[in-house]
Amino acid sequence: MSDVEKRSAPVPADWTYAPAPESRDVVTIRESYDLFIGGEWVAPRSGERFATTSPATEEHLAEVAQAGPEDVADAIAAARQAFGPWAALPGSERAKYLFRIARILQERAREFAVLESIDGGKPIKESRDVDIPLAAAHFFYYAGWADKLEYAFPNRTPRPLGVAGQIIPWNFPMLMLAWKIAPALATGNTVVLKPAETTPLTALLFCDVLRQAELPPGVVNIITGDGRTGAAIVDGDVDKIAFTGSTDVGKAIQRRLAGTGKRLTLELGGKAANIIFDDAALDQAVEGIVNGIYFNQGHVCCAGSRLFVQESIYEPTIEKLKKRMATLRVGDPLDKNTDVGAINSRMQLEKITELVQSGRDEGAEIYQPPCVLPEKGYWFAPTVFTNVAQSYRIAQEEIFGPVLSVLTFRTPEEAIEKANNTPYGLSAGVWTEKGSRILWMAERLRAGVVWANTYNRFDPASPFGGYKESGFGREGGLHGLQGYVDLSA
Amino acid sequence: MAQAPVLPGGFELPLKQRLPRVGAIDQVGVEQRAAELAKRSIKKQAKVWALELALRCCDLTTLEGQDTPGKVAALCSKAIRPDPTDASVPSVAAICVYPNFVGVAKERLAGSGVKVASVATAFPSGQSALEVKLRDVETAVALGADEIDMVIDRGAFLSGRHAQVFDEIVKVKEACGDAHLKVILEVAELGTYDNVRRASLLAIAAGGDFIKTSTGKLPGAATLPVHLVMIEAIRDVYEETGKRIGMKPAGGIRTAKNAIQYLVQVHETLGPDWLTPDLYRLGASSLVNDLLMQMRKEKTGAYQSRDYFTND
Repeated sequence: MSDVEKRSAPVPADWTYAPAPESRDVVTIRESYDLFIGGEWVAPRSGERFATTSPATEEHLAEVAQAGPEDVADAIAAARQAFGPWAALPGSERAKYLFRIARILQERAREFAVLESIDGGKPIKESRDVDIPLAAAHFFYYAGWADKLEYAFPNRTPRPLGVAGQIIPWNFPMLMLAWKIAPALATGNTVVLKPAETTPLTALLFCDVLRQAELPPGVVNIITGDGRTGAAIVDGDVDKIAFTGSTDVGKAIQRRLAGTGKRLTLELGGKAANIIFDDAALDQAVEGIVNGIYFNQGHVCCAGSRLFVQESIYEPTIEKLKKRMATLRVGDPLDKNTDVGAINSRMQLEKITELVQSGRDEGAEIYQPPCVLPEKGYWFAPTVFTNVAQSYRIAQEEIFGPVLSVLTFRTPEEAIEKANNTPYGLSAGVWTEKGSRILWMAERLRAGVVWANTYNRFDPASPFGGYKESGFGREGGLHGLQGYVDLSA
Repeated sequence: MAQAPVLPGGFELPLKQRLPRVGAIDQVGVEQRAAELAKRSIKKQAKVWALELALRCCDLTTLEGQDTPGKVAALCSKAIRPDPTDASVPSVAAICVYPNFVGVAKERLAGSGVKVASVATAFPSGQSALEVKLRDVETAVALGADEIDMVIDRGAFLSGRHAQVFDEIVKVKEACGDAHLKVILEVAELGTYDNVRRASLLAIAAGGDFIKTSTGKLPGAATLPVHLVMIEAIRDVYEETGKRIGMKPAGGIRTAKNAIQYLVQVHETLGPDWLTPDLYRLGASSLVNDLLMQMRKEKTGAYQSRDYFTND
């Protein structure tokens, strides 16, 4: 039989991994998406639509609706109408819906992971192993709280706020959706959620899950659009705004809400310090550095973008880091072996490019491992800057890309002083084998999350949020409920 | 050979060549990294290449009380031509036997290029007098062993008598003459990754050409995180001294898929230079047939039953 005798392709001289793309067949992308209001797909009254594209290939994926002020008002009205019955449900009934959503998300995990990578550019191994499982875990976690709120707030009467307007970013679309929606529903609120304009598709697919779970219409409304839509939500008849995104927009929202009585939680930017002491387990610390800044192309608000290395181990650390960076596989987000995917948008790529140029101009030394970037799409090679001074823009401003700035310190006091010397305070990492030093550092670091001997680890039971310009309010854990309940009664 | 340091590791020494500092291993971190690397998806021609490499790196092993010259002879035939139906399938790197069978193996393998490795030094426990261990090595070498797989004295190591372990390896290395020395750490008895790293550096400092995870006589032999700790020690030694030490995981590697996970670690930690039987071995017995089965599947597109692969 000739087909049996067919020989395999000639063996290459060295071990180049063959492409291992995850199949796109599980995903169906519609040509055009309407707004999900009151449990129905509604054409935008604004009549406007915009395109969402794949950042890895610049291919056109779909048209989505631009919700205008009237559409936003409709969505809020639908949420308002659904609020009474939803809030009146016993907690155990609300929990059933949340458990159902969580299970459906797990069942359809592959579909969501592939779509997340297509629309957002993140490596499939991250959307598959981190984003989607964690999103489901969040729904499971808050489902568990729904009928136990009186224990969460002993001797208080927690009541829902009403309609929550939620605006989420493009870096973890599904995960941020889960962080926002799960606690809001568990506590009896209804929701109008706007995904980011560059990554709306998984949120729109999530509407399918809501229908599958038979969630009462209007409890969750998902509307798409750019900043104008977000502004209309902020100005609309909502009781609470939950925003995750840039510090500038967060400040603008806070100004708009001043005096309105609307509640607000903000999760904003960061410029986290990842601090390596000379007794740290070095190879694992290097992994932590890589994971801290190159995870999700550095599009992580808590990314460990400022590396502080104790001077006595500066050279071996940087040497190991550079060698490790050379093994990072940059490319097709859908390839299962890809470590670093595409930059989310042209705008973000331009911002990264501009800040990296400023780093060069200010005199920092740049290193990028040799890697071939695809011709189409938005890409940026993993980058590390050494010889960085605290005053350089790359040490001060959030780059939100795969760019690491390395600084040094000599003593723990100096590490604390430098690490805290930033307008931000979202997260920090401490690497040392000494338990007492971990505690000493954690007490003094002005950051909402301090990771010890690890980085970028998330768990629904663990609260997350910032100090200073990184925002206020906590998401996750028991603390995550507080932003959605009124305890004044 | 690096000189023994005169100051504790970690201090700046006025020596040109020195070994890397011992440092520490974070258990959670190393296991996480190993799990990440294990997810690499190796397909098509990359898989064919890896399967063939894994086969060429195999130390086909029999270390049983019931071993006989007949059994060893059969294994030698398997080592030379693992797949009698396909001449393109390469030989394995070596066979690994008890000293008693070095003679018969040597005879059977003459001219084939397949090496003979012998375990020695009161394998597998290492609990014997030094003179006995050295005689063990000398006997195997005299019979023609190309490689000696020694065990370290875990009792001495765990009670902190590192110098004793070091001296013993040095003496065994002398007794080996031209034979290559693989030092078995028996990681399952060392308890922590920190100990695995210490023992790896100790074995390398004392003159081991290879370091090897396990005897295969205990449950919990080679694991991916332990392997990672050991090859990172090898990489650090290379970075500091330029000396290339070999690696041999052994025990518990039964499937081609698992073998490829080990090779991925080597590829992404030590680099392509280590992807050769000269510097990398897989101690295994049942692995070979799974490799053959996968290789034939890649060639023909269909799996064949186990009955089409010889059990030796």
